Formats: sequence, structure tokens, C-alpha cells
Amino acid sequence: MEENNTILKVENISKQYRLGTIGTGTISHDLNRWWHKIRGKEDPYLKVGETNDRALKGESDYVWALKDIDFEVKRGEVLGIIGKNGAGKSTLLKILSKVTAPTTGKIKSRGRIASLLEVGTGFNPELTGRENIYLNGAILGMTKQEITNKLDEIIEFSGCQRYIDTPTKRYSSGMTVRLAFAVAAFLEPEILVVDEVLAVGDAEFQKKAIGKMQDISKSEGRTVLFVSHNMAAVKSLCTKGVVLENGKVVFKGDSDESVDFYLNINTNSEQRVYDNVKIKKNGIKKVEFLNSNIPIKHSEKIRIKIDFHEQIANFSIGLALLDANKNKIFTNVFFVENTKETITCEIPDELLLKGFYSFDVATFNTSQVFEYLHDVCNFEIEDLDNDYRFQNRNIGNIKVNCEWY
Amino acid sequence: MDKKEFSEGEWLYEIGPKNNVFELNFKEIWHYRDLLMLFVKRDIVTVYKQTILGPLWYFIQPLFTAITFTIIFNNVAGIQTGKVPSFLFNLAGIVVWNYFTACLNETSDTFKKNAAIFGKVYFPRVILPMSIVITNLVKLGIQLIIFIVFYVYFLTQGMESHVNWLFIFYPLLIVVMGLLGLGFGMLISSMVTKYRDLTFLVSFGVQLLMYVSAVMYPMDLVKEKLPQFGWLIEYNPLAYVVETSRYLLLGEGTFSIWGTVYTILVSIIIFLFGLIIFNRTEKSFIDTV
Repeated sequence: MEENNTILKVENISKQYRLGTIGTGTISHDLNRWWHKIRGKEDPYLKVGETNDRALKGESDYVWALKDIDFEVKRGEVLGIIGKNGAGKSTLLKILSKVTAPTTGKIKSRGRIASLLEVGTGFNPELTGRENIYLNGAILGMTKQEITNKLDEIIEFSGCQRYIDTPTKRYSSGMTVRLAFAVAAFLEPEILVVDEVLAVGDAEFQKKAIGKMQDISKSEGRTVLFVSHNMAAVKSLCTKGVVLENGKVVFKGDSDESVDFYLNINTNSEQRVYDNVKIKKNGIKKVEFLNSNIPIKHSEKIRIKIDFHEQIANFSIGLALLDANKNKIFTNVFFVENTKETITCEIPDELLLKGFYSFDVATFNTSQVFEYLHDVCNFEIEDLDNDYRFQNRNIGNIKVNCEWY
Repeated sequence: MDKKEFSEGEWLYEIGPKNNVFELNFKEIWHYRDLLMLFVKRDIVTVYKQTILGPLWYFIQPLFTAITFTIIFNNVAGIQTGKVPSFLFNLAGIVVWNYFTACLNETSDTFKKNAAIFGKVYFPRVILPMSIVITNLVKLGIQLIIFIVFYVYFLTQGMESHVNWLFIFYPLLIVVMGLLGLGFGMLISSMVTKYRDLTFLVSFGVQLLMYVSAVMYPMDLVKEKLPQFGWLIEYNPLAYVVETSRYLLLGEGTFSIWGTVYTILVSIIIFLFGLIIFNRTEKSFIDTV
């Protein structure tokens, strides 16, 4: 029973790419590879691949764009795949939609996969909207009959009735996306792969598209794999999430948890402290935690110390707490009357729930802002008391003891 | 069958690193047949959009080539074309030859030209070369119309009619030509995905090939005048197709059973070979194109 519910199984997928240009240099590698192959040996270049971190200078010409990706998707799930640029999201989707083959590993599927990678693929600018619906639909795997049956619905959904017999080269980019998404939305594959489609449409259309995708997964029971940098869309649309970093799966779980994890992927010890000792000679020198351990416990007071380069007085210092989505939870202002070099702020215990947080710190007076530090001092709250988490769902950031009667 | 095997077989399909050499999913190609026809329609409709003469361009190109050939090869160089007018002789050869070169040139570009769309969506890649061959069939049909127009014109001018019952084999000849163009084209397009050297060879190679394919002279003429190079034409399947097509349309030239069987066999082998290589390449060409 459990087994049957899995519609897609990704088993140890890896993809190796060679960096640099193709030229006379590559042919020796190709010959070497071929020579190993005819002797029945393993490809020698599979061993030399390095982790794909675009910012680091590497030793090898070969990198693993994906390395040992392993996950399962159940029927009707909407899986969000998130990660930074170059984390391997699009490569993964390309492999899933059979555009390119993995270097090693296997994908098993119980349903037809249709992809919607950058919509409008195969739109011919010379053809009219109607002709393009047919062409695009057929490219995505529909038959002519299927498209004819749904033509009116597609045109209606796109909201481009007026332009439907005009060549698409006269369309605005938003209209093209609307039309293309409309075609794809009426596809009937068991698994739909969607990559960054919502970026171009306007707010109304984005809402419509998200609604349609929710329909697809909820009422029609189809599975959607969704890649986006729009975290709000991932949260509202997806039920599960996978976070990729440098070609590896670093987190699997609920979509909310995945988004939180992704947004705080950079929470390492360096970013826990705002350090300005060497760079500037005035203003805020350093912001750091006085708590000995991070993650900080729910039952622990949070204490942050702010150091200044010089002794100053008669100004205000403001502190804003941000949640994982960088929305302000609260702000608090303290007026510094007497000359001071160090200020400490204490946030009460038993206030913040489990999650990732950071601060905005600002100094100002009534007429001007001296300094504004955005999103510094990332930290995590550990909540050992699971009562506050209902079915493991995101329940907000602040613990409030309400009275019920 | 034990239980484990059954649960493995439940998967609809698997995506792995490599295609099996002989694995070709005909069912899948059949599923995408509408796409094939839509590609054909797209190519025919869009080529001459925003032009004034439109499909007339299909006529103009072979017409002028035939006129040029007639002036250079027949009037200046003095090649004899037997009982039929030289112009008609050249036109018959050019129409068939054009079909081959169009198929070859366009299919040999498949992977490179369509990298953008292939990089986004999956459909059986072989659909595109197939659509090219069919699109060119329409072009060939239009060009045959001018051939018929001139044929009728020369009949009224007193040329003897040579139409015989063998004419019904003409479509078969076109199929052979299509297979050759498609086979070579798929082979080249697979080979140029990584190393593009072959692209340069194709562009002038096709031109050179025309001179050994009996397009502007009867096959016998070369065998007679250059016996040491006769084999070049003797073993060139293209020369047979061109020569035979002229025999069927004009009753001019030679026709041999052995040559026909040889041509058909070679075409099928080249086509299958091209198909296998193409099928092997399609899975990961996008990484190297």
C-alpha cells in the first residue's frame, strides 16, 4: 500500500559536467574514456569530479552538478525544490523531464512526466495564438484531439481572447506567458514539472496560476514538482520541500521547514557576529550574542551586545527582530542619554518559538538615521517543548499565553 | 514470477544514463504523430511569411538553376542529352537532387538549431528530422508541377512523349532519396553535436557530391569518357536515383535491376545506421551542443 503511493523515485542521481570549452583538449579525454570503455573499465573521469561550488576555484575540470540525489514523491504531493543559483535545481528538472540523461543513477516513475520549463518553449512568433496552442500542446505531448477538446478552456484561462488570431510576436511578454501557462495547465500528465513560471505574469495571473496548480494537485490528485525562488509561492503551494546546495540534498521535509532552512542556509558562525572592527572608524563596531550556545533555547534569554567605536550620547538605538522570511516580528527602541561605549539588549525568555531569526540594528536621532544594519546576527531558536507545534506545521514565531473561556 | 520482480515491473518507465543502442520507441513516436504534422505545417506556413512572392520562391530556384546548367553544360560544354531537351533533362535531375540536399542540409542541423527547444522539453527527437523530410516533400511536389508544365510545353513543341508504366515507381525513388537524406543528415547532426568540424565538410561536400551524382550529365557519358573514374558514379547510390528518375520521367538514360536493388539496400542501411546513432546521441547531446 505504502509502496504503491510513491509515484516518482529518484535513486542516487548524479550528473557530471566538464568545465571550460570544447576543443582539441577534450578529444584526448574522449579517446581515453573510449579506451577505458572498450577494455571494460570504469570511466576514469567519474572519479575526479569535485563538488559544485561556483564561488570556489577548483582543481579539476570536472564537477558534479548533482551528486547522489535521492528522494521520493508520493501521488498528489506538491514538491518544492529550492536552492540558490547553481545549486542544481534546473539540472535536476532537466533529468526528470528527460531533456538530458544522468551520469549515474536512476529515476523510476509510475506516471507520465510533462515539464513546463520556462513556458513558451516552441512558440513560433510567426504563428497565431491559436496555432501556437496546438503546436505547444503537441510539443508537451498532447494529441490534436485533446487540444481541440480543451481549446475554449485554454483560451478562457489565458485571458487572451482578443489576440488569439494574431501572431504571438505581437504579444507582450506577459501575454505570451499567460498563453503558454494556460496550455500547460490543461495538460493531463500524472506528474507536472514547473520551473519559475510565475516570474513574468502580473499579480492577478500569479494568483490564478497558483490556484490552478493547487487544483491540479488537490482535486485531481496529480503530482507537481515546483522550482521557484519565490518563497511565498513555495509555502502556499507546496506540501513538501527539498533543499539543494552545491548539487546535494541538504534538507528534506515539510515545505515550511524547507523554506526556513533554505533562507538560513548561510547561518554559520561568521554571520552570527556583525564585525566592523577593522573597516570603519566610527559608528557601530560590533554586534554579538552574549549567549554561550547557539541554537538558543526557548527557555533562555537572548542577550546581544552592541559595541561602538567612540563614546556617544543623545541618540536612539533600534533593534528589529526578523523571522526566516525577513519580516519584522517586533521593533524596540532605546534612547541613549549618557555617553556609552557598549549597550546590551535583553529579549525575554519563553517568547520565540522554534525557527530561524536575525536582526536589523539602527542608530538614529529625530532628524536622521546614522546607520542601518540589515539582517545581521543570524541565529536559531531551539524549542524542546513540542506542544507548540501542531502537526509539525508552522505555527508562527511568538508564544502567547491567551486566556480561553 | 516472484513478488519482487512484479513490484519492479510496476514502474511505468525508468530514466537511466544511456539508451540501449537498438531501443527505439515506436509507440512513443506514434503518440507524437500530431506533433510531426504540426511541425510540417509550421515549416511550410512560416517560411515565406512576410514575403511578397511567397511560395513562388519554390519555383524560382530550380528554374534558374536549370537554365544556368543548360547554358553552361549543354550549350557551352556541349554535353549531349539524347532526344530530350537539355533544359528538361536538367530540371528532372535538379528537382530530385534538391530534395536530397534539402533533407540532408536541414536534418544535419537538427541538434544545433533546435538546442533551445530540446533543452526544455522532451519529445522523441527523431520527430524533427522526420518533419523536415515531409516538409520537403511538399516543396518537391510544387517543383514537380513546374516540371510537368514544361513537359507539356515541350510536347506541344513537338517532343515525343516518353511516359511509360514505370512512372508509378517514381514515388518509391523519392522515398529512397528521402531515406538517404535523412540517414546522412541524422548521422551528421549526431556527429556535430560535440565537434563541429563536420559542418564545414557538409557545406561544400554536398556541392562536390553533385558532380559525381549524374545530375547534369547522363551516367553513361562519364563511364565512356573517364573510365578510370567510372566506379565513383557506379557505386554512388545517389547517381542511380537521379539517373533512374530521369529514366522514369523522360525515358532517357539507363535502368538496371542490380543498380536499383543496390541503391535500395544502401539507403536502408544508411538510414538505420543514422537512426541508431541519432538515437544514441539524443539523450545527452544537450550537454555538449
